[in-house]
Amino acid sequence: MSEEIFAPLAGAIIAINIEVGATVEEDEQAFVIEAMKMETVVYCPCDGCVKGINVKLGDKVEEDDVLAIIDA
Amino acid sequence: MGNDLLAVFQMAGLFYLTPGMLMMWLIGSVLIYLAIAKGYEPLLLLPIGFGIILANLPLAGLMEPGEGLLWRFYHYGIQWEIIPPIIFLGVGALTDFGPLLAKPVLIFLGAGAQAGVYLAFFAARTIGFDLNEAATIGIIGGADGPTTIFLATKLAPHMLGSCAVAAYSYMALVPILQPPVMRLLTTSRERTIRMKKGRKVTQLERIIFPIVATLVIILLVPAAAPLMAMLMLGNLFREAKVVERLTHASQNELLNIVTIFLGLPVGATMNAEAFFKPKVIFIFLFGLVAFIVSTAAGVLLAKVMNLFRKEKINPLLGAAGVSAVPMSARVVHKVGARYDKKNYLLMFAMGPNVAGVIGTVIAAGVFLTLLG
Repeated sequence: MSEEIFAPLAGAIIAINIEVGATVEEDEQAFVIEAMKMETVVYCPCDGCVKGINVKLGDKVEEDDVLAIIDA
Repeated sequence: MGNDLLAVFQMAGLFYLTPGMLMMWLIGSVLIYLAIAKGYEPLLLLPIGFGIILANLPLAGLMEPGEGLLWRFYHYGIQWEIIPPIIFLGVGALTDFGPLLAKPVLIFLGAGAQAGVYLAFFAARTIGFDLNEAATIGIIGGADGPTTIFLATKLAPHMLGSCAVAAYSYMALVPILQPPVMRLLTTSRERTIRMKKGRKVTQLERIIFPIVATLVIILLVPAAAPLMAMLMLGNLFREAKVVERLTHASQNELLNIVTIFLGLPVGATMNAEAFFKPKVIFIFLFGLVAFIVSTAAGVLLAKVMNLFRKEKINPLLGAAGVSAVPMSARVVHKVGARYDKKNYLLMFAMGPNVAGVIGTVIAAGVFLTLLG
């Protein structure tokens, strides 16, 4: 069963703290998005293994874009 | 030859310095320090601070009516009410009304947060300020620099400098002033309310909004026309997506150029005679009260609205009705995140934030209609 990490708001990806294949825990810091000169952390929604990451550093994302997929 | 040398010596401004001027140099320097060392609204406070120093240099005549360089910037840029509306053209080009259109109910928070404006108006009246002065002090609570400058120029030009400094200083202090008020008026459960996502806003809506808003607001409050027209034109540029060169110029070159010519003459109006009046301390006091009451009013209004709504609004959003864009929206997000780190309030907070800009312009238009 996989869960997706959605972008909670529009902005630019300024940090990616997870890797494909890594094991992550719920509430771990996954990404940092910059919007309105503010950094917003996006957290992992569940425990699991990172199946794929859809963005790279500097990408501009919209609200609800899928940033990564986690296999729970 | 000796006489000429003596004349040059005697015309040095040095001998005409007064203690008042030296005090104003200090004040100007403090603003420059706050801008550079503390990052307080540097785009405005730096030129304002320097303008204050320049206006308090004897014999330089920079603010000499009819002749002075800074007087010309002031007269043609500010007294002719050209620069604040052009700033608003840039603001409109930078503003995204999407979050407001996605959750239109948030417009009430932008309106409610103007309560501080009216409270400060009445408070200033009781102290003894006349109607025009009280209105100008009140509008500081709208947290909008160009609107404050626009209204002060029309109603109380002798207070222009002080009101502008108060407005920009309190905007810079929003991260310090707002959170205690927000925490005092909300329960921990209310602070963690998650907002349901707003509806999708179509491109057509984004284009129609500035046109309709212009018509509706200017028909109701014609005195708000200069600011509202330029704000909505800038926004139309942005949303039309076919005039990217104009949008870009409005957001960047034009906005940056007029910002230079806004701060400098505003600071230059603050000479020692104008500033060292006992009344001036009340400008800063009531301006602060206006900010705090506006924050409280926005939060309380959200709580009242929740009594009638199935889908609750996080009351913290009310504080974003104080239209220091995007500072108060950021503050709302940060306060919310302290209690629930996965509560992403920023984009929701932009709704009341941009609504507050419109609210403040309307409040200024109302004052102008009644008093101008």
